[in-house]
Amino acid sequence: MNTLAQTRAMSQRSVLALVRQPALVIPSAVFPLFFAALGTSSFSRAVTIPGFPEVDSFLDFALAGAIVQGILFGSITSATALATDIETGFFDRLLAAPTQRTAILIGRLAGAMAYGFAQTLFFVAVLVPFGLRITTGAVGLMLMAIGGLLTALAVGALMSTMALRTGSSEAVQGSFPLLFVLLFFSSAFFPRETMSGAYRRIADWNPVSYLVEGFRSLTIGDVNATSIAQVVALPAALAVVTMTGALAALAARTRRG
Amino acid sequence: MSSTIAPAWGLAMRSLRNIRRLPSAFVPALMMPLVQVIAFSGTFAGITVVQGFPTDRSVNWYLPLAVTMGSSFAGLGTGFAMIRDLQSGFYDRLRMSPAGRRSLLLGPFIAAWARALIAVVLVLIVGVTLGARPTSWVAIPSLIAVGLGTATLGTGWGIGLAYRFGDMRAAAIMQLTLFLGLFLTDAQTPIDVMRGWLVPVATVNPLSRVLALARQGFIDDGASWATTIWGLITLIAVSTATGMFAMAGLRHLDD
Repeated sequence: MNTLAQTRAMSQRSVLALVRQPALVIPSAVFPLFFAALGTSSFSRAVTIPGFPEVDSFLDFALAGAIVQGILFGSITSATALATDIETGFFDRLLAAPTQRTAILIGRLAGAMAYGFAQTLFFVAVLVPFGLRITTGAVGLMLMAIGGLLTALAVGALMSTMALRTGSSEAVQGSFPLLFVLLFFSSAFFPRETMSGAYRRIADWNPVSYLVEGFRSLTIGDVNATSIAQVVALPAALAVVTMTGALAALAARTRRG
Repeated sequence: MSSTIAPAWGLAMRSLRNIRRLPSAFVPALMMPLVQVIAFSGTFAGITVVQGFPTDRSVNWYLPLAVTMGSSFAGLGTGFAMIRDLQSGFYDRLRMSPAGRRSLLLGPFIAAWARALIAVVLVLIVGVTLGARPTSWVAIPSLIAVGLGTATLGTGWGIGLAYRFGDMRAAAIMQLTLFLGLFLTDAQTPIDVMRGWLVPVATVNPLSRVLALARQGFIDDGASWATTIWGLITLIAVSTATGMFAMAGLRHLDD
């Protein structure tokens, strides 16, 4: 079996796991939608605040935050599955078999990428009947789905590094507050222009702000070089860095046996 | 009476010692309201300029929410501990001991009240550091009342579910239901400011009255007897209901 076939088999396994165990993915699909619905009702009048982007409704603004939130939390699920493989000994059996090491990692991340792609389309499909409007149409939607896939790869690789280093699903789950903080100290739920002081500075430094704003400009603005860079190039660049870390963690674990 | 108080006190002390011995079980529940007050106050600071928002300090609006959330989750923490005790068999040994059934219930409640007070004090310190300023002397007594009350309802709900499920399914249900219950209120913005589906939901949700009690010393409208009385009645009613739910759960365990 060559590397490609092995990667495909491992990818199928991780995607099927998501299909067969919906309880794993439901929270990361439902909670962002709940927050989007909650925000749309709670902050509907916030769209008149000075500095708020021009939108028809808060729902148009909230979509980007919901997508990134869903992908961040969904990536934890994928990395937790990898850590569970390590805990149950399945990972050791893979290492003992003539399996390509990279196929193990990429196969697992394929599940996260497929989920990130599907999640983006799912959120849009659910929210359109409630008045969501994407100004960039099908092109923007496809760019967002690709961005969702790449973001899932970047965050999934980061979380997988933690899974490979610790071998503990509890430790991976414990990273949830870190992602929560990253998300809240960004422009995921409210525009940076309405923040001030230290919050504004943190949101300015936080890469999640730029990622979210890329998705947002594809929802309420135009397809342009900046939005493509934010939605596609930024997560792709992050993915290169985090994949390098994940491969290094995989090599270290393989050496340890 | 001493057959109830002494074992209950012992169980409460055991639970409080676990804060030091098993910090991973307590620290996240304590960090959550702290992160919440910091994050919400900063992220949603701009909302205070919307007409009808009852304070120009976002932290004044979100501090009582964080106290309510932290205290109720302090109560749920005793539910998590109950699941551990049920799974390890420790609780079976307690039930076989001559300790009264009331003490088995009272112990977790005492522990939850102590944990909730820790949450109230820490959130207050962080909130005041961020710029929260009470507008009335009732601010602190109201927060303490809400802290103790929501810890009571959280404990009743948490251990009631733990008795019925006996495993971690109960933890997921207790967190999700309390989280939904608290957010389907005027948690993020006042009812007068919101629009759409949440308005009727928040209006009928009794926890909105509890939040009103917690907030009355931090908003420009000031405190009122009506807010205080309705808030206290709601807290007592919901706490009694969840307490009875826990008691029935313990009986169910004995059957």
